[in-house]
Amino acid sequence: MNQQEGYADDVVKGFIISSMVWGLVAVLLGVVISLQIAYPQLNLPPYFSYGRLRPIHTNAGIFGWGIGSFIAFFFYITQRLTRARLWSPGLARIQLWLFNAAIALAAVTLMLGMTRSKEYAELEWPVALLVVVVWVIFSVNIVMTIVKRREEQMYISLWYIIATLVGVAILYLVNNAGIPVSLTKSYSAYAGANDANVQWWYGHNAVAMVLTTPPLALFYYFLPKSTGVPIYSHRMGVIAFWSLIFMYLWTGAHHLLWTPVPDWVQTLAMAFSIMLIAPSWAAVFNGYFSMNGQWHQMRDNYLAKFLIFGITFYGLQTLQGPSQAVRTFSAFIHYTDWVPGHVHMGTLGWVSLVLFAGIYYTIPKLYGREIHSIPLANLHFWLAVAGQLIFSISMWVAGVQQATMLNATNPDGSLHYSFMETLVELYPYWYLRAFGGIVYLAGLLVFLYNIAKTMTGGEPHAVAQKA
Amino acid sequence: MIEKKPIIFLLLAAATILIGTAVTMVAPFWWINDPKLAIASVKPYTPLQLEGRDIYIREGCNNCHTQTVRPLLADTERYGDYSKSGEFAYDQPFLWGSRRTGPDLARIGGKYPDAWHVKHMKDPQSMVPRSNMPKYGFLKEPLDTRLSERKMKALNFPYTLADLQALQGKTELDAMVAYLQKLGSDIPWRKAAEKSLVGELKNPFQDNLAVIAEAKALYLQHCAQCHGKELQGEVGPALHDLDKPDSQVFGSIYGGIQAGGMPGFGDSLGKERTWKLVTFLKSQHRR
Repeated sequence: MNQQEGYADDVVKGFIISSMVWGLVAVLLGVVISLQIAYPQLNLPPYFSYGRLRPIHTNAGIFGWGIGSFIAFFFYITQRLTRARLWSPGLARIQLWLFNAAIALAAVTLMLGMTRSKEYAELEWPVALLVVVVWVIFSVNIVMTIVKRREEQMYISLWYIIATLVGVAILYLVNNAGIPVSLTKSYSAYAGANDANVQWWYGHNAVAMVLTTPPLALFYYFLPKSTGVPIYSHRMGVIAFWSLIFMYLWTGAHHLLWTPVPDWVQTLAMAFSIMLIAPSWAAVFNGYFSMNGQWHQMRDNYLAKFLIFGITFYGLQTLQGPSQAVRTFSAFIHYTDWVPGHVHMGTLGWVSLVLFAGIYYTIPKLYGREIHSIPLANLHFWLAVAGQLIFSISMWVAGVQQATMLNATNPDGSLHYSFMETLVELYPYWYLRAFGGIVYLAGLLVFLYNIAKTMTGGEPHAVAQKA
Repeated sequence: MIEKKPIIFLLLAAATILIGTAVTMVAPFWWINDPKLAIASVKPYTPLQLEGRDIYIREGCNNCHTQTVRPLLADTERYGDYSKSGEFAYDQPFLWGSRRTGPDLARIGGKYPDAWHVKHMKDPQSMVPRSNMPKYGFLKEPLDTRLSERKMKALNFPYTLADLQALQGKTELDAMVAYLQKLGSDIPWRKAAEKSLVGELKNPFQDNLAVIAEAKALYLQHCAQCHGKELQGEVGPALHDLDKPDSQVFGSIYGGIQAGGMPGFGDSLGKERTWKLVTFLKSQHRR
């Protein structure tokens, strides 16, 4: 057994492998639907049409790849930071099966058209219920492990982990409230503008509690671990933590600027979105300043590249996001391709780069082997960054062009372009976006090959390294 | 310190999260549900419209189409009157969407005749060249009505036996069209937005044959889907031998003919191109 110091690491392996499978599904589907937008004849209705596949892409990405690997790393990190064995490895094994069943069920039901239609909360109530069960047993396991810890102080990663457990629970339960009609059909418990406001309180804080706090927990753990440098300022981390989880919850309505939700809710969301730059950039500076005197590691240590590029994309993301949350700019850019460009800088750039770093770091430790190939890891890094940038930049340019055209008027005040005249200009950008996705997919395949070879190749070290 | 007390830490984190939640998610219910925002003319969905809405949800139309018009010039000129909170009182779930890969549909009701939608859903590219919308011809299947009554009950919508019986023999496409035609038409905004053309309406291109080529291209792009490539008529009437005065033809194209299901093209064409089209149509008459 490679169990270090009696840690329950089999479930960590299980969740990492599962999340990589779902990550591949998410990226593959992403490439498929990007091609469907560019070539509508690739829609094969009813099951393989864009409208049904896009939610599978987002759910596989956020829940399968994102949450799947966060669960793995929360198990890994929590045991090491508390110096305690997982409270119940048996429960964690059950959770692994339930988790994969839930994601697989999600994919099948969404393809069959069973959907609640609310973004990132599409799953019909029986599947959503399964997700709740997974989350509850996960939370109990982590919290009990922390309670029974052998290390008195809780390191900041554990803070982010606790906030994630609580935050996701609250968000998911409230936004999934519904009125069931049958096993496969339910209606939202809220109507109209109320439903919209609840949904985007959920939707934006899924970004907070799934795509921000967990990767930050990982970042604060894996940056010191993989570079050997301490975090620059613990105090800045503490201030950033509390202000981040306080402010994020006020910002959901920036998805609803200029819609019929009350104006004051929109204004609050706008103001708090700007304020969020501070705690976000505190984490970025913490990353950068930690590297002082160690920047040569960006050349020597591929893990540092993934982590520092990841936090850099986080920094860019948390500047671009607040700018889009301002009414005037939102009026121009909202509903265009700019937004998918923004989202994918966060998911492909920030979240995934940190996850890749985490997997590159832990898999050799868990299997007691060296990474199969560092040159391949470097190749993966450059393909990922290039693919992501091609994607995002082409979408930003497309968004600005379409927004400009949609707003163009004639001297007599009438609109200069019909909607279709703006749409046909987007095709070249859509080809380019699909190409970016394919480059990213190529990088992902290199990564999966490298990890698979690491897991299976060569004799393991006699004694596992100290984590 | 709290970093040594996990349970207290957990409760504090939850409380921190709940402050913003209470203010920006819970409190707005009182503002949104203000009776002053209710609109009496907004009616719940009929069983057929509700089934259509559920197909809209099933096919994920909301992934590409929004349903909220913002109070911004580019939105109101293109789609119609801006959306009001009271219009969505019966929308469970809301379907405002987040990306306009296709156009906004909040005001699609009454814009086109039913026949236009049927043709367009089956083969979008035949009506809108270079559109990237998937084909929805498979909606010709008969409507599954087994849950219709339970759905109406679950949402507390009023219905009659006749409403339910009216579902018999309908296809999924019929339901979808019924839903689309209801969208945004519960308030009389079209009447209010009707363009009243003031001043002398004189065709600046009258008898100007130089504009015919350009105008014919406009015709093929905007009109031929309904009136036929040869003006022979299809969804809309034939347009040969128009004997109406230029000013009236201009008014019909620019503002549309509500009773006849003809959409207005003033927003997308502007005055100058509309006049060119008038010139083209009248020239076809002369031959």
